[in-house]
Amino acid sequence: MERIPILKLGDCLIISLQIDLHDRLALAMQDDLANMVIETGARGVLIDISGLDMVDSFIGRILGNIATLCRVLDAETVIVGMQPAVAITLVELGVTWDNVRTALNVERGMAFLRLHLDASQAMQTAPEETHDDADAGD
Amino acid sequence: MSTSTLTHMLQTDSDSLLQEWLTEQLQATTLRRDLLNEADLRRDSQIFLNALTQAVQVSPALDIDGAQWQEIKAVLAALSRNRATYGFTSSEVATFVFSLKQPLFQRIAAALKESPQKLQSELWSVTVLLDQLGLYTLEVYQRSREDIILRQRQELLELSTPVVKVWDGVVALPLIGTLDSERTQVVMESLLQRIVETESTIAIIDITGVPTVDTLVAQHLLRTVAAARLMGADCIISGIRPQIAQTIVHLGIDLSGVTTKASFADAIALALTRSGFQVTRQVSRARTP
Repeated sequence: MERIPILKLGDCLIISLQIDLHDRLALAMQDDLANMVIETGARGVLIDISGLDMVDSFIGRILGNIATLCRVLDAETVIVGMQPAVAITLVELGVTWDNVRTALNVERGMAFLRLHLDASQAMQTAPEETHDDADAGD
Repeated sequence: MSTSTLTHMLQTDSDSLLQEWLTEQLQATTLRRDLLNEADLRRDSQIFLNALTQAVQVSPALDIDGAQWQEIKAVLAALSRNRATYGFTSSEVATFVFSLKQPLFQRIAAALKESPQKLQSELWSVTVLLDQLGLYTLEVYQRSREDIILRQRQELLELSTPVVKVWDGVVALPLIGTLDSERTQVVMESLLQRIVETESTIAIIDITGVPTVDTLVAQHLLRTVAAARLMGADCIISGIRPQIAQTIVHLGIDLSGVTTKASFADAIALALTRSGFQVTRQVSRARTP
């Protein structure tokens, strides 16, 4: 069975979707990712969906689930590179992803993850300090 | 239904019929001499008569759905479309066909003086035929007018949705006119496309030019904002006039998830601040008169 490769880069995991996801592949990806986050202790996950031309409500939900799941495992997730048509479809389907971070491209997504990881690291080293970091409140 | 008299007449007497028909058309009050000269009218009438002659020759059946009527229908469609573009009214276009009745009826009456029974059925057949042709002309006329309207609407739609790049990473969409579903779709698509092209993280939607905001318009706006957010861009809605703000509150529309600003200038200032830009004024310059 085919699998979506998950790459590790420092303390981040990177997934780049280059083919259209079908349901079982998406579920397999979700499982693999959850395992990988625990194995590697990753703090950030970046999912690049710029190669995705088509989504249905199931894929939309799975992507949302993945983000929530990774947050539970203490890894910030950012989904990047969504095509306009995909965005319109998701809105039409009523998928809002209130707790999912999105960015325009991989570069901005990585910059966000870096910023977020640095901030949370700073918070851990100095817990008594009050932070007004907007990202931490999500 | 068939009409042998008509067939015979069209074959033998077409020249004088054409002449009489032309006179009829030229006398009609609906003739637009400003849009149509006599030579063109003669040419159109000649083409129509030829096509009619051919059609009734092939088969005497007078049902214009038949194959032999295709050509005459094409002639009428071309004529009707042409006149619609030039701004003829519907009755002016229809008169072209209907005015053929008088010269034709006179001839038929003269030919069938002896047998009133036959005359009546013949007249009825020809009336039905010409009415069908006239109505077909009208249909085409209406369709071409609708096409014109549709095209203009399309052009208007494209004209009214410019997405402007305000700054590096900031695009603006000044909306003008009422938002309906179709327009929102175009607006949404062009905005998202521009966001991708310019790699903008902030989009300002300015609704100064939107006359009224109802729940539907608000819903469309919120959907656009949601789609942009999914792509990783934040939206600021600006240009909310006092009345619009009151309407929004009265309707209970929840805009709490969206950044809103009263004026476009405020929105730009916020966008620049968020992107880390700073606008400063040089004091020495500002003081000079």
